[in-house]
Amino acid sequence: MRPAGRGELDSLYFSYPTFAAKAVPELDGIASTHKVTIVGAGPIGMTAALTLARYGIASVLLDAKSTFNDGSRATCIARPSMQIFDRIGAVAPFVEKSLGWRHGRSYFRDHQIYRLEMPHSDDEKYLPMYNLQQQYMEQYLHDAVTAQPLIDMRWQSEVTGIATAERSAMLQVTSPLGSYALDSAYVLAADGARSPMRSMLGLRLKGENYEGRYVIADVQMDHDFPTERRAFFDPAGNPGGTVLIHKQPDNIWRVDYQLREGESEVDAVREDNIRARVGAILDDIGHTGPWALEWWSIYTANTLALDDYRHGPVIFIGDSAHIVPIFGVRGLNNGIADAHNIGWKLGYVVNRWADAALLDSYTPERRGATLDVFANAKKSTRFMTPPTRGWALAREAALSLAISHDFTRGLANPRQMQPYTYADSPLTRFPARDGEFTAGPVCGAAAPNVRLADGGHLLDQAGDGFTGILFSANTPSDEAADLLQDLAAADPKFTVHVILDLDGAIASTYGAGANTFYLLRPDLHVAGRWRSLVPDEVRRTLAAGLGDSAP
Amino acid sequence: MTETATTPTTPFDELEQAYEALAQAIDRAGPHNEAVFLAKLALTLGQQLGSVAPFKEAIAMALQDLPARGGA
Ligand SMILES: Cc1cc2nc3c(=O)[nH]c(=O)nc-3n(C[C@H](O)[C@H](O)[C@H](O)COP(=O)(O)OP(=O)(O)OC[C@H]3O[C@@H](n4cnc5c(N)ncnc54)[C@H](O)[C@@H]3O)c2cc1C
Repeated sequence: MRPAGRGELDSLYFSYPTFAAKAVPELDGIASTHKVTIVGAGPIGMTAALTLARYGIASVLLDAKSTFNDGSRATCIARPSMQIFDRIGAVAPFVEKSLGWRHGRSYFRDHQIYRLEMPHSDDEKYLPMYNLQQQYMEQYLHDAVTAQPLIDMRWQSEVTGIATAERSAMLQVTSPLGSYALDSAYVLAADGARSPMRSMLGLRLKGENYEGRYVIADVQMDHDFPTERRAFFDPAGNPGGTVLIHKQPDNIWRVDYQLREGESEVDAVREDNIRARVGAILDDIGHTGPWALEWWSIYTANTLALDDYRHGPVIFIGDSAHIVPIFGVRGLNNGIADAHNIGWKLGYVVNRWADAALLDSYTPERRGATLDVFANAKKSTRFMTPPTRGWALAREAALSLAISHDFTRGLANPRQMQPYTYADSPLTRFPARDGEFTAGPVCGAAAPNVRLADGGHLLDQAGDGFTGILFSANTPSDEAADLLQDLAAADPKFTVHVILDLDGAIASTYGAGANTFYLLRPDLHVAGRWRSLVPDEVRRTLAAGLGDSAP
Repeated sequence: MTETATTPTTPFDELEQAYEALAQAIDRAGPHNEAVFLAKLALTLGQQLGSVAPFKEAIAMALQDLPARGGA
């Protein structure tokens, strides 16, 4: 919502473009079967389209609206999402515009009780977190979409019906230029939290709703404070409630505050109330200068997900598949990982580089990640908004002790998004090999980056396909050379890196010795690792990554 | 910012479980009985500590930083 007199898209700092509906062949009765159609051009749908394009797969991208989402919405981009934007060639404007950070503070009444410092090493290419308004994210992704001839972006095109068969789906699309049917082998439903696709297929999200309600408000002001996450428990500016403050680009500050028990939502979002509440919070943090109200919204914490992210040819990604509480900034980031995960798998399947069975790994991997998010989110939500008297009293005790003692401070940790390990993935065949290592990423984990002598990074050298990393001071053995040839024959995008220096930073980060081998998936998670190369197991691991379900 | 534990301390994930069990137990006791429940809990822990010195230390810690206007 915006202040009286300003329209939904009248922002103080962002000009919303208007995108026209496109004349498309289907409107002239020319029908063809598309390989992939993506419903919803939010951040998740666009990331999926860009990932598919990376594998040469054309897609139709439909969105009912004529412009980007209104308001700043999700503002925190976690490192794994930056890495994905890097992989799809869209990261440059994100780096340029966003504000990177790794610190935070939690306060209880007048006392600072917790200093958040997210783990970070100089080997990383990206910081743990970046703040950027969601409409900028969408603009940058859309710029990349526009530059990509494989993506057929259709604005003002609403999906109003769907009929599914085993191997394809027929979508009914309505645009100002007319209605048409669109035949597609696969459909990615990226149509957001209210997902009409979900309703049209009769599917329901399941899970829990939580008590606490928050108002999210953006203000524009000159305020001198570093880019950090600030959390205030029971501050004078919102007695009895919790407040979160984040800095965004363009002098915009995000203020989230918890509503009081019994406070009506209708009253809470009235402009005069927003101004009074935000004003009290700004007073409390010592802001004395002028400020302007930009946008606000109301929000309740839920942990909801589909039981199965796939329904025949339709695959759900992003908010359509799961809704998570915003504390810990997982909503958007979790969806970006969905889009990239299904993107490479579908790319391989549509290219016939992999068997369609590969798609069966999408739900267990990504729903597993969501359930992990739920477990963390449940804890942070109970701390941020205690649901009952018992939780409120226990929190009060923990916070009061935290004023002078360390031991309860960890309970106030916001549990920010961490990269997820695909621990029980069907693509990991030999997890027991982890036992041979004393260091390095386990099977299913995201491969760690290493800064190279030339200033570049190890993972920049990975291609779009599976990547082999062989540690060998000498010319690879015949056995290894044969293996690498077989891997390249099985995966046309395969690349290999031979690390000659067995005493260097890469070998130590990966816990490697002579003849150690890592096989990375296209999303740079570890498919398998062998302290000493076992060629047959590597072949079988790549086969699993290409959809071979034989053990 | 002091840490004065003289008895072995509980690892963080167990402390977190203790926190959760405490919250749920307060709800089970109900608003009328929460004070007596918490006093019983403290006394039981005092007995399990094996000596009175750490219990008195814990009492001092818990009395510290109590809010002037009353808590939750
Ligand atoms: C008011 C608000 C505040 C938020 N605040 C935060 C926050 O502070 N932090 C955080 O992490 N997350 C926040 N979120 C969540 C975050 O915005 C989402 O996680 C993120 O947008 C998910 O992206 P998505 O692409 O899955 O869905 P969306 O961004 O919702 O995109 C879905 C797209 O699908 C289109 N669409 C829908 N139906 C159809 C149809 N039938 N045909 C064609 N197109 C269709 C829509 O027009 C839309 O563009 C907020 C969300 C809202 C609504």
